[in-house]
Order: sequence, then structure tokens, then C-alpha cells
Amino acid sequence: MNRLIQSLQTPFGLSLSRREFLRDVAGLTLGSTLMGASPFLRGEAVRKKRKVIVITFGGGARDQETFAPEGQENIPHLLHELIPQSSFFSHVTNRGILGHYVATASLATGVYETLNNFAAVPPQHPTVFEYFRRDLKRPANDAWVVAPSNGFNRIGESDCRSYGAGALVILPKHLLAAARPGGVNLDHLLRDNYENPLYTPQLGGGEFELQQLDRILRLSVEDFAAHARTLSSPDELSVYIAIRLMQQEAPSLLWITMHDIDVAHSGAYSLYIEGIRRTDRLCAEMWRAVQDNPEYAGNTTMFILPDFGRDADYDTGGNGFQHHRTGDAASRTTWMMALGAGVRPGVIYDDPVQSIDLVPSLGAILGFSPAQSEGKPVRELL
Amino acid sequence: MQPRDLTAGNFAAYPLQGRSLAVAHVETLRQLPLALLPSLLREIIQYDYLFPVERSTIEKQLYALAAMNQGQLSECVHGFAQISLSHDLEDFDWINHPAQFLEQQSAWLWSSHQLDAFRTAANDYSARLDAVIRVEAPPLRRLGIAVIGQGVASWDQPLFRNLRAQGTWFQSIRSGNGLRLLLDATARRARAHPVPYAHWYIDGDAAADHDPALTSISFSALEPLRTGLLTKMQKEIERPGMGPEQLRTWLARLTPAELGIDGSTDPVLARFQVSLFTEASGTQIFSTTFAQWTTREVLRRAQALTVIARFAPRQRQRPMNELLSGDTATPELDPAGSLIDADMAAWYHWVNQQRLPGYEQSAFIAWFEDHNQAVAIGPTIPRGVESDSSLDLAQLLAFAGG
Repeated sequence: MNRLIQSLQTPFGLSLSRREFLRDVAGLTLGSTLMGASPFLRGEAVRKKRKVIVITFGGGARDQETFAPEGQENIPHLLHELIPQSSFFSHVTNRGILGHYVATASLATGVYETLNNFAAVPPQHPTVFEYFRRDLKRPANDAWVVAPSNGFNRIGESDCRSYGAGALVILPKHLLAAARPGGVNLDHLLRDNYENPLYTPQLGGGEFELQQLDRILRLSVEDFAAHARTLSSPDELSVYIAIRLMQQEAPSLLWITMHDIDVAHSGAYSLYIEGIRRTDRLCAEMWRAVQDNPEYAGNTTMFILPDFGRDADYDTGGNGFQHHRTGDAASRTTWMMALGAGVRPGVIYDDPVQSIDLVPSLGAILGFSPAQSEGKPVRELL
Repeated sequence: MQPRDLTAGNFAAYPLQGRSLAVAHVETLRQLPLALLPSLLREIIQYDYLFPVERSTIEKQLYALAAMNQGQLSECVHGFAQISLSHDLEDFDWINHPAQFLEQQSAWLWSSHQLDAFRTAANDYSARLDAVIRVEAPPLRRLGIAVIGQGVASWDQPLFRNLRAQGTWFQSIRSGNGLRLLLDATARRARAHPVPYAHWYIDGDAAADHDPALTSISFSALEPLRTGLLTKMQKEIERPGMGPEQLRTWLARLTPAELGIDGSTDPVLARFQVSLFTEASGTQIFSTTFAQWTTREVLRRAQALTVIARFAPRQRQRPMNELLSGDTATPELDPAGSLIDADMAAWYHWVNQQRLPGYEQSAFIAWFEDHNQAVAIGPTIPRGVESDSSLDLAQLLAFAGG
């Protein structure tokens, strides 16, 4: 069993199995065999129209339930609809703290943040939204975050001097609580996260106010509440809000953090799998919304990546899929797909990249300078 | 305070037996780095309430460290000595609150990017101790039994996918009286080898009739403890200033008496029962998680020789639209989802069993309750093959070597 464990636990083993699998199933090409100029178009005129959507496939999914052969049944939409259109990066490493808020903040700043995962505090470094708005002189309504829980309400901007004007943040569950459809008790639904299910931080700062439902999203409280009653999960609500936002505001930079998968902390494997299948479906739904919206079709690049993985079955310090506490290879190694404008479709890149490389890559694509980011632009996206 | 400043008097607040152990080994403890010592103290402070195997493991570890010369000891703990700790951690009362120290240390290791170095140090320390501590083979072949799928009338999706690669998959099992045959077989093992806390019956619902030679834990029997804890947790959360860290600290300090459990008959078991709810996620809500986690802990901590774990349907997770409808009815059960949960839990049961001494000889079976599917794993059983043999559960157990 030891050799098996080793092959499962080494990051190279993880990315290799992902790559082999995708090549077999989706008929993708290995990126290192390609030559030629960048597929990304350049120039200010193009950049002004360019839109970027980032979706975190959260919170935390392992290879064996996604891209490994035994997991493929859980991601039919990624596999058959999105991967063939994507550049797929099979070896993405997160070397930071594996908590969902701090890891998402790290993705958004390009620095491994060390903030308290369970406190409502801003990132310690400028976010991608601040770089984007300051360098490109974009208005407040051009960068938005749709996030799952109250703990994410400060992710839009840091406290850093000379920055600080970042993204507006929508917390759909917070909106739902404010709407209180039918006056029902939503305590169970509104629990903030699955790691500390009974804890909900108090909100402060610039959260999206309920009256903005009408002003920004053109939704009455009644219609919002009525639609929420047709949805099965908080992530479905997030996607509904994101699509509404695209229709009404058409932001150039939109960041959506999914979280349903993190129900794995409850220890119920079937619910974890359900969460993955739902997120797979919602990613495809987002991509279809891009194609259906003239403001986005043809000029949008969409990135999908997990914030991190989950513990391996064989790591003695963990309890398999339930948590992401060991810092082992399975919990640190994930993937990223990029699809849409400027992306070479059907290519796999297996050179290692880090999760903090996302922000510099977005900077290169959109034309801003992420001065404090510690990542490097992903060469294959330039 | 640094470990080198330790004196026997520092352990005055420890329970009796733990205090004696710490005092007897204070010279050894003084030589350990602060990045390691609280991990040992966490065990020693609980020593009076640990399973016999756990006590023996701590004693062996302390004696092995004491037997090393200065150079060997320095080499053994070298990795930990390289870990840099914050002043806050150094100033913490790590002698009397080692568990809380470890929580804060864990956060520090993550934020200071020293987690990988700590993992390496721990693996190295463990390997060096393994080299000098003699591991005793279990007195009989270890046996694991997972009974899954209670309440599922039919199921057309594949089961035991992970386990099948490790053993033989049976599809013509005679299921009649299956649970009784398994419980009787495990009871015979327990009576023949009466080792304390070595033979367990874990049930995700109410326990079936069983021999008292088996140590039994069930979700139903612990219902008062579980609901009492949830009520207390809710009250604590509503207190001003209560955050996740404070809540964990509060949970770690709870005693059986505070939760209405009479720990006088068996304080070791009572503490263990409380820990199943205070040190885990999901056990308070889902019976499948409870059965899986209990099995894991019984193997990890008590190094059980026999574990029969039976999974029952857990409550259904209600989707958002139902929650918004305001329907407050008690949620119904989810047998199908519970079968998927339990299938994975059976895999983890085997994985955890394989971490223990004597794993090469251990036996394991998983059975879809009241159905004809099962998988058997053992040292002489072919791997990755199917069998259409028509065996009952007792025969299957014998075939596995249990």
C-alpha cells in the first residue's frame, strides 16, 4: 500500500493522473507541444471591452471526486461542455492557509494571506479589484463579488493606503435574511460556514444593502424571495444573483465564490458529492449566461478553479474528504481552467503554477499592475 | 516559560495518575522543545481517562526518550527544535492547557508557513521512536465489520468500489439472520479474548441485542448527551464575544458531569463518549457521521481488535426551498444518501484498521444489510475478483478469517 500512497500523495502524481485522464476522455492536447504566438489579443481597445469572470469551485474538492477516472461521473458539464473549450492547468498548488476565506483572499490578492479565517477582516494586501479599478480608472460598479457567507463581506477591498476602492460585495444569504421571506426562521440556512457551523460573524463595512436589490438588480424584495423559494441551495442563489448582475450592470470583473461543496465538513459523503454535481452544473449555467448576454459573448474570459482540495484518504492526520486540515498534497494541489476570449481551447498545461499566480495573470490580460502580488503571470495565458 | 524551567510542582493540577507519570519523567520533559512538549502533555493530562493501549503508548514513548543519550535525543527532536514559536505561545500556560496551546500553535504554524516543517519533524520523530519501541502483535487477528444500507429496499448503483480492489466481491450472499450471525460471532471473539475496550459494537441507530462482552455505543443511547450539548452550544454562541476559538476551548473543557453523564461506573468510556461530540464535526447531526467517526476513534485510540459498525439512515438534509417554506416538521430520513455515506465510511473503516499493528493479518467484511452483496478482505482472500458463492454471513466471516 505504501507505493500506492506515495503515488497518490505526490503533487506530480495528482497532476499527471489528471492530465492523462483528460487527454483520454476529452481529446485535449498537451500544451508543451504547442508553439506559436499568444492567443490573447492585446491593445487598449480590446482591453476596454474585455470582461473576466472568476468562479471558485468551492469549497474544496479532491481529484478522486472530480477529474480522476472514478470522479468523472460527478462533473459531466465541466468534462463534456467546458473542458473542450478550455486551457486546462493540471497542477495548481496552494501553499497558503487552507481555510476558505483566507484562501479566497489569497487568490484575490496574489499573496498568501495570513488573516484569521473566521473573522470579518479585510485582506492584508490590495485585491485584484483595487488594482483593476485604480490602474484602469474603472467605476465602482465595474467590479463585483458574489460570495456565500457573511465572513466574505470584506473581501472586496483591503485597508491598504493608496488602494482601498475595490469591488462591491453581494452576500446573497445576507440579502435573503434581510428579505425574511414569509418571516420564517432561517437560522439553519444562514449558518455561515461548514467548518464552524454555529458561528456567524457580525457584519460591518460596505455590505450590499437590501434596498439595492431594487436599485441595482431591479428586483423587488417579493420577487427575490419568491425566486429564492424555487432554489435548492445557497450557490444556486449566488448564480441567480450573478446572472442578474450581469444583465443589469455588466461588470467587467465579476468574482463568484461557490461554497456548497464544503458541506463535506458534516461528514456526509453523499452531500459532498451532491455539492460537486451542483457546482459542476452551475459553472456550465454561468458559461451559458455569458454566451446569452451580448455584453459578454465573445469578449469574456472565464476562470474556474477550486480554492484548494481536501485531505487524502490515507493521511493519518485527517479524516479523508471531510476536512482540509493536514496540508497534504491532496489538499494543496488542484487545477484551473480558463475558457473564452483569448484562450487556446483543448490544451492541457502541466507545468506547476500557484494559486497566487491568478492575479498577475489577470493583470496581464486586463492591463493593470498588481504591484504587491507575489505570484507570477502564467506564461501560457500571456 | 520554557520546558527547561519545568519542576514537579508544575503538574499539581493534573489528575492523580497523570501527575505521577509527569513527575516521574520531568527530567525528560525538560529536554524537549516547546514545539513538541505540549503534544505529550495533552496526553499526560488526560492519562487517567485514556484507554489502556493509549496509556501504554505514552509510557513507552517516555521511557524510550529517557533511554536516549543527549545526542540521540537532540537528533530525535531536531526538527521540532527548528520550529520558531511566537512570544504569545511561549507565554501561554501550556502546562495546564496543552490542548488550547496546540490549537493556537496550529494557527501559528499555518500563518508562519511552518506547517510543512512541522509535519516533517513529526514524521521524523515518529520514525525514530518506531525504530526503538517494540511493537507488539495483536493477540488475535484484527476484525472489522461494516453493515451498511439499513432501510434501502433496492439499489442499482455500484457499491464497495474502493473495497472491491482489496478483496473478493460476493453477490450471492444469503442474508437471512445476517446481523445476528455477525453479532454472535463478534461476541464469541470478545468472550474468548476478554481484553478491556478491545471489542466494540457501534450502531448509528439503537443497538440490537448483543452480548455485554462487547463495548457498545449507539447514536440513540447517546441522544440525551447529544441534544444537551447542542442546547448548551447554542447558549454559548449567543454570549457576547464568543467566537470559534472560544467555542472550541469551551467544548474541550466540558466534562461528562456537565453534560449529565454519570461517569462514575466507567470514566474512560464516559470521557470517550463526550469527545465523540465535542471533538468532531457532523457527529452531532448525522448518525452516519457519528458511526464513521466513532469507528475511526475506536481504532485510532483503543486499537480495537474487533469492531462491528452498523449504519442507519440519517436525517435528510433539507434543501433551501424547503427551509424557506417555513415547514418546521421533523425532517424525514434519507436511506439512499445514508447508504452512499456508509459505503465511504466502510472504506475508511478498512483504511483505519490497516494503520494498526498486525494489519497484514487483519480481516474485514462489509455487507449491504438484508441484501446479497458483500465484500471480504483478508490475507488469503483473492483481490479484485468476484464470487457467486452462496454463503451466509457466518460463513463469509469464516472465509475472511475472522
